[in-house]
Amino acid sequence: MAKVPKPAEILPGISYQPPAKGWMETKPEFKPGTYCNAASPKWLESIGYPYSRAWSVTDEDWKLPENWKEIILQGLQDRLDRFRTLKLFFDICVRCGACADKCHFFLGTGDPKNMPVLRAELMRSVYKKYFKRAGMMLGELAGARNLTEDVLKEWFYYLYQCTECRRCSLFCPYGIDMAEMTILGRELLSSVGVNIEWTMASVASCYERGSHIGATPQAMKDMIDFFAEENERVTGIATPVTYNRKGAEILFVAPSGDYFADPGTYTFMGYMLLFNYLDLDYTISTYAAEGGNFGFFMSHEMGKRLNAKIYEEAKRLKVKWIIGGECGHMWRICNQYMDTWNGPADFLEVPVSPITGTKFENAASHKMVHISEFTADLLYHGKLKLDPSRNAHIKMTFHDSCNTSRGMGIFEEPRYIIQNVLPPGHFVEMPPNTIREKTFCCGSGSGFNADEYLETRMRGGLPRANAVRYVADKYGVNHLGCICAIDRAVLPTLVNYWVPGMEVTGISEMVGNALVFPDEIERTTDLRDRDLEGVGETVEEGEEDE
Amino acid sequence: MTFFKMHFFVPLFAVIGLVIIAYAGVQANLQAVFGVVLPYLAALIFVEGLIYRLVQWARSPVPFRIPTTAGQNKSLPWIKKDLGDKLDNPENTLQVIGRMALEVLAFRSLFRNLRTELRQDPDNPEGARLIHWSYKWLWLGAIAFHYAFLVVLLRHLRFFTEPVPGFVHLLDSADGFLQFFIPTVYISGIVLLVAAAYLLVRRVTQPQLRYISLAADYFPLFLVLGIGITGVLMRYIYKVDIIAVKQLVIGLVTLHPQVPAGIGSLFYIHIFLVSVLFAYFPFSKLMHAPGVFLSPTRNLASNNRWVRHVNPWNYPVKFHSYMEYEDEFRDAMIEVEIPVEKES
Repeated sequence: MAKVPKPAEILPGISYQPPAKGWMETKPEFKPGTYCNAASPKWLESIGYPYSRAWSVTDEDWKLPENWKEIILQGLQDRLDRFRTLKLFFDICVRCGACADKCHFFLGTGDPKNMPVLRAELMRSVYKKYFKRAGMMLGELAGARNLTEDVLKEWFYYLYQCTECRRCSLFCPYGIDMAEMTILGRELLSSVGVNIEWTMASVASCYERGSHIGATPQAMKDMIDFFAEENERVTGIATPVTYNRKGAEILFVAPSGDYFADPGTYTFMGYMLLFNYLDLDYTISTYAAEGGNFGFFMSHEMGKRLNAKIYEEAKRLKVKWIIGGECGHMWRICNQYMDTWNGPADFLEVPVSPITGTKFENAASHKMVHISEFTADLLYHGKLKLDPSRNAHIKMTFHDSCNTSRGMGIFEEPRYIIQNVLPPGHFVEMPPNTIREKTFCCGSGSGFNADEYLETRMRGGLPRANAVRYVADKYGVNHLGCICAIDRAVLPTLVNYWVPGMEVTGISEMVGNALVFPDEIERTTDLRDRDLEGVGETVEEGEEDE
Repeated sequence: MTFFKMHFFVPLFAVIGLVIIAYAGVQANLQAVFGVVLPYLAALIFVEGLIYRLVQWARSPVPFRIPTTAGQNKSLPWIKKDLGDKLDNPENTLQVIGRMALEVLAFRSLFRNLRTELRQDPDNPEGARLIHWSYKWLWLGAIAFHYAFLVVLLRHLRFFTEPVPGFVHLLDSADGFLQFFIPTVYISGIVLLVAAAYLLVRRVTQPQLRYISLAADYFPLFLVLGIGITGVLMRYIYKVDIIAVKQLVIGLVTLHPQVPAGIGSLFYIHIFLVSVLFAYFPFSKLMHAPGVFLSPTRNLASNNRWVRHVNPWNYPVKFHSYMEYEDEFRDAMIEVEIPVEKES
């Protein structure tokens, strides 16, 4: 793993001044820390992806198939025919530059090719050369250039320096969506066997085993059963879970990150406590064990192949509807793609909360409810007994995930929950230009949580961390809340790097902390085994008296 | 030649070249070509090209409904969406129309524009921090440019119509309320030139913009500036015979083309540049104007969860079925008491 420079080494070195040389003349330098490793052949083979071979990003020769150029150009033609977005976005950009300083990777690296307009231009220039008369005739003067191996390497470098967060598309006067172009560009790369290890490994594991982490059914059960024990130890409440149970009312699908590693695991404990409190008739599937979908970070098709399992399993288990956990890209997919890909879900019913009777009309077609919607509804109807003082040691700010913000619009629900489960005044917003629809990416989304990519991730996360630092310094914020599993996986590293001392937490964990069960034991710690405020302090006060 | 020089000077010389061509043409008594043939040709290319491009775009389907959401989505009944949420995250056609109207008429997304900079900050352990602030200059420049263009265009209707419709007169007097000068100065013409100059200057002076700008970005700006400057010169300095110009233009629109004598070459340069602009329009980035209406991140309602969007080319994919999965893990599943379909 490459050594990551210290924050004080990175920050002063960032310059937004582009080089004197024109962008067509510069080539990316594959320095350790700034690229993701090439995918190993075994993963490609297991999902039937083409041109599996051993290769390395730093190799001069990427061992592309003989006719790679043909494949790319044909693939581009196909996609132009199938996606109006691509055609339109290629044609209508005026290069006004409004998107330039909106990209966290540009802000963190200063590399001009990370300006979304130029990232798109890397592909647009090829489109012009082969699909536009002006480009064919005028070449470089028309902004067109030949597709060469160097160009392909450049695509790889910069399309994997885009987290598909869509912040640029928000500011674009024509709504040009870099995420869409990145997805399609990565599909093209994939079509000639150029993939990254982290994504590919997750996809292949998810495809065969059920989740990105590749847990076998018994391992998954083991992990979740362990949370049940933990919950019982902390709260005195046993929170047993059923797996693959037919006839349950609800299928609960969470991102695997939430049962794999801290601090997502505490979020999972929160889900379990909540469902147990409600005596909810739900089950978890070991087959559809993944809400997240790294397939989407490779191609639309692979996204669909992984996503298909959720409805398949809902059908097999004969559940009535689905609850989805806290996950960003999962919800972009469940909101904007799932029903189109794998619907109609006419074997399910329009979700109705068994506790409040609320009919989730907004989920009438895809039959899936976001855990934050579900919880907010419970709170609104006063169905949860809460003791917010158990979160008194937490002063929180909320990071809106890119996908739930700009690919869905779920802003109020998590905030409503936070304000209910935290004591008054314990929730602080980051500066308005860095939250809600204008939120900054964690810097590691869309399949980048690989260790070898740490430097670029830390750079990409700079704008987010910078805003977190602001509220930490100003208001003493010590927790960064989020409703995204990738966030919970990568933000701890990010804040540890830029804002040491900051903790990252899911919102359901806060709910779990605050929930008061009628028959619980006296709580002395939160779900993370940290002392609650007021616990263990009496002794200290006594000492002070002396 | 550097990237910038090529992309800046080639279109500049191209536009200067166009001016010379028109001038030389008039000197060679080709008024009929520049006053009649080329404008007709340009109009033809414009209309046909526009239709062709729109059809080209429309032929590709919209497989997914992917609006960029910039406000609260439809949720629980008590989570109220304010007007901003409805317009920035529309959930029905009416709200989409509202969003599009704001986008097209008020440049909503550009209005949102921010500037982000790395500022020195001694209080920060790393010595610097990012700051973001609202930056409306680009929006102002763009909106001034486009509306001035529109007004200028509409004002020109007085050349195309007989009698001139009332609203053109009205526009004329509103636009020319600065009556201190003779002839009356039209604000729109000045605004158009100033805004176009601003758009040009920012491209050249802002390093990042200069870095990304292509000949295709400078050419239309030079063209518009050329059109604006020749227009202003004609009106205020080197007067042309307005009556004769109107005769020519009316002749064009009534399909009885004629070339009255005595129109200065400045007019032919002007109308030639306009012709080039129209002919160039369908094959250039100027197509952003009709394009924005088709943009799937803006013109669709964010109602995926309750109205299924159908992808016309949706095809079945291979996925790992539950039975394949169970076949692999059956024994282990039975051992840990996870229910299975087949007991062994």
